[in-house]
Order: sequence, then structure tokens, then C-alpha cells
Amino acid sequence: MTTAPTTSAAPAMTKARRSRWGVHTRTLVPCAIIALIAVGAIFVPVLYGYDPLRVDLADRLKPPGSVLPNGSIAVFGTDQIGSDLFAQMMAGARVSLIIGAATLAIAGVIGVLIGMLAGYYGGWLDTVLMRVADIQLAFPAILLAVLLAAVLGQGVLNVIIVLSISNWVVFARIARSQVLALKDREYVEAARTLGLGNFHIIFRTLLPGSLPPILVVGTVELGHVVLAEAALSFLGVGVPMGTASLGSTIANGVQYLSTAWWISTLPGVLLLLLVLATGVLGDAVRDRLDPRLRSL
Amino acid sequence: MLGYVIRRILLAVFVLWGVSTVVFIIVRLVPADPALLIAGDTATADQLAALRNQMGLDRPPLVQYGSFLGGVVTGDFGSSYTQSVPAMQLVAQALPNTALLAFLAVLGALVVSFPLGVVAAVRVNRPIDRIVTTGSLIVQALPSFWIGVVLLLIFSRTLKWLPSADLTSAQSLILPTTVLALPLIALLTRLIRSGLIEVNGEGYINTARAKGMREPAILFTHAIRNALIPIITVVGLAFGTLLGGAVVTETVFSFPGIGKLLVSSIHVRDYSVVQACVIVIAAAFVLINLLVDLLYAYLDPRVRLAK
Repeated sequence: MTTAPTTSAAPAMTKARRSRWGVHTRTLVPCAIIALIAVGAIFVPVLYGYDPLRVDLADRLKPPGSVLPNGSIAVFGTDQIGSDLFAQMMAGARVSLIIGAATLAIAGVIGVLIGMLAGYYGGWLDTVLMRVADIQLAFPAILLAVLLAAVLGQGVLNVIIVLSISNWVVFARIARSQVLALKDREYVEAARTLGLGNFHIIFRTLLPGSLPPILVVGTVELGHVVLAEAALSFLGVGVPMGTASLGSTIANGVQYLSTAWWISTLPGVLLLLLVLATGVLGDAVRDRLDPRLRSL
Repeated sequence: MLGYVIRRILLAVFVLWGVSTVVFIIVRLVPADPALLIAGDTATADQLAALRNQMGLDRPPLVQYGSFLGGVVTGDFGSSYTQSVPAMQLVAQALPNTALLAFLAVLGALVVSFPLGVVAAVRVNRPIDRIVTTGSLIVQALPSFWIGVVLLLIFSRTLKWLPSADLTSAQSLILPTTVLALPLIALLTRLIRSGLIEVNGEGYINTARAKGMREPAILFTHAIRNALIPIITVVGLAFGTLLGGAVVTETVFSFPGIGKLLVSSIHVRDYSVVQACVIVIAAAFVLINLLVDLLYAYLDPRVRLAK
């Protein structure tokens, strides 16, 4: 800038406009990426006729871009049993997204419910919750998940249960702290003065006010859950054999690192993209809902 | 201060009791009969009964729980059925390796993240700050097992600079340490940056500036010292996360630590070793957090006077 602005308000306004534009971009781009992966996860395995159990030794370990004997092109190559890596990654993303969404729904509903009740009523419920949270925080989440998964055995449903158990506390804590912050506000007092019951106050008065931070946590947690599922499957305690998972595809490729680099590398890029998108989206949602945090 | 110390120690003991109880309950949920697992399918009913009796599995659950808690206190988790040595002995062999790895990772992360965080905070919203913040965002999203595999591919298989596995030389520590340190570097860089930016608005910084103190002197004598206090907590918590993260990293690099021991014991259903690993990791985590909290209270009187 060579010419100094004449009014002091002008730069502040352009800066504000630019940052709002920034929040829009940071919301839309990750949403588009997640939506694209979701669409791919729904349709690609069907279009490719993907079957995780099919073995085709003639097509195994083909590099990305190879033309297969049946005339189709394997964009991302094939794996050690000859299945198309692109279709397998999308089938893996499907499992990741299903597990992510189901876990968030279960952990979110249970966590928010317990957190709100604990924050609202206090007393022994609150004490028990906080002590349980202390114990759970003393337990690295992956450790609890590995232990539970080992005991419950492999399976998509089991992974959802395991991840819900290790995630509900996050939601409970944020819901509790929101209720504690809101329950002495005037509008809550007003609702009580009007004679509304506890049920109405918790779900119709406090819940809407508590939702923004819960949404932020939920967005960020989606990435964490997807990562945790991949890690469990990588360790061999996640989804069972025969179910595609980005984690188990990466694990399968480790043996073939020197001959077929793409098997382990490409699914990781997709995983990174998915997790990064949820992270950026979480930040953007927080900035939008709570402008005070925008500067940091 | 003494009251605070006692309260924190009692809480740590309570948490350890809770963790042990959770582990006991989870491992008792195992669908497979541990005695059947050890004796094999060919064992007769009499042999199974004898083994159950020897392992204490025929006693009432409450009695089993009591002796389990006793074992936790004395560090006796029974013996590993695959290797026929006390489970604790296997853990004791693996733990120093993991501790070394975690220590190196924290040290490395501090050395790298400190200058990055300071530079980003001093040049806030400039290009260098944008690069550092975006970089740390990406690094934080990296799946650790995947970046481990990729580093193996690049440095061990393709360039052949570094060995891939085991604890054979100091070089073999480089890759696992890097993988373990990366998320911590990202986290610490962000924290140091935001801590410094926050401190920048404080009255004592303005005072220092008003009396004509030079910027580098303000940064090093006032800003960094105060921004550092919360970092201690994060580093403490990170140690615990590292012990958990070691589960994945050690498996990728087949590094002979407690995480690898845990995963391989799970695969062969050696539950006494699994119990020992989980409780030792949790105990280490609780202990480190206790020390960090006490250190924090010592450094910042507001904490111990708050309650």
C-alpha cells in the first residue's frame, strides 16, 4: 500500500470483510471435500462392483494407472490380492464415515444428556460424572479402545461401541460446563418464574444455548473418531477381515512397501484429507459461532 | 500447600483404583475362558477344573477382585501363559525402552516447537506465521501410523539411510521418535504462539514497553516466562498421550516397548500381560500428572490458593 487510507475505519472494514470471507471459505471448502468423499464412498464401490473377498492374482500389485486385462484402468493401482485400490479406499471411507457418524450420534446424545443433567442438578450425579471423567482422562483413549476392542472382538458394531465409550466424556464435559455457565442467566430465571418444569428448562431453554460449543466439539471429534477407527483397524483390533477399512489397507500394504508403495500411501492421503477437512471445519465453525475466539 | 498436595495425592490414588477396577471388569468380560485358552481344546474337564482352581477363577468374583487389587498394589499380575514368566517382568523389560522414546520425543518436540512458536507469535498474521500455523494444522491431522509407514518407505526402503526396526542402534530411534514427536510439535507450537499473543496484551508488558524496554528483552524476560506456565501442563499430559501413542508407533517400527508388548499380548490373548501393561501405563500417566500438578501449584500460587 503506497497511498495511506484517509479514514481510519476503512482498513478495519476491509479486514473484517476479508476475515468473514475467510470463514466462509474455511467452511465451504472442507464441507465440499467431506461431501465429495461421502458421495464417492456411497457410489464408487457399487460402480466398481467392489468385493473385498474377491482374489484375482493375475491383477495383483499393479501400479497406479495400469490397464487391467479386462480393459478397465486401475487409477490408484491394485493391492496384494488384485482388488482395485481406488474402490477399496472408497469402501474404506464408507466404513470410516458410518462409524464416525454412528459414534458421534451415540456418544453425543448420551454425553450431552448426562452432562446437562449433571450440570443442572449437581450433587452426587455431578460428583460421579466428574470422577468418571478423571478416571477416563487418566486412560489414554487409544489404550481404552484397544483393551475394549480386544475383549469385545472385531466388528463394525463393536468399534462403534468402543469409540462411543471412549468419546462420551468429551461431550458430557462441554455440555456440563455450558449448563453451569447458563443456568443462572436471566432468561433461565424467567423461564423458572413462569413456572416451567425442569424438563422444559433443560431441553427447551438450556439446550439451544449450549448447542454451539457442542457442535464445534462434534465436528472436531468426527476427525478424531475416524482416526481412532483407522488406528484400531491398523492394529488388527478394529473392523473384521473382509470389511474394507483405510487402517487395515494401510497395514496390509506395509509388507509390500518396497515393491508396491501405493497400497499404504494412498489410503493415508485420503485419511489425512478427511481428518484435515473436519479439523479446518471445526475451527471455522468455532470462529463463526464465537467471534471472540477469531483472533487466535 | 500441604493440603493441596494431600488432596492431589488422594485423587491420584482414587483414579488408579478406578482404572484398576475398569481393567478388572473389562478383562472379566472376555468371552473366552482363560483356563480353556491356556490348557487348549484337548484338556479334560478335570485338568480344566484344576487349572481354574490354580488361577483362582473358581472363587467368587469379589474374592477375585480383592486378590486382583492386592496384586496391583504389589505389582503381581500373575504370569504370562505364553512365556511362563511373571507378566510384570516382561513389562519391566519393555518400559525403559518406551520411556526413552517418550523422553526423546518430548525433548525433540520442545527444541523444535519453541523457536517456531516464538517466531510465529512475533510475526503474527505475517506470511511466516501463516506457514507455521497451517503447517502445524496439517501435521496434527497426520495419522501417526501412516506417517510412520511413509517415513519408513522414504528413509529406510528408498534412501536406505536409516534402519527400519528394533533397538539395535541409536539411529533406529530416529524414526520412531520423529513420528511420536510430530503431533506434539504441532500442539506445542500452537500453544506457545497463542500463549505469547495472549500475554502480549497484559498490563505488565505495556508497562515494560512504556518504560522503553527493547522488544527482545520484553520477549525473553517477561512474555515467555509467563506464557510458559500452561505449557508445563501440556507437556505432562503429552507424556501420557505419548505412552498411548507408543502403542501405534512401536507396532509400526516393531520397537520393543510396552506398546508393542500390549498389542502382541492382545493378539495371543495373554490377558495377564495385557492387564499389567494397561495398569502400568495408566499408573505412569497418573504419576506424571500428579508431579505436573504439584509443580504447577508451586510455580503459580493462584492454582493452590484457588480452592
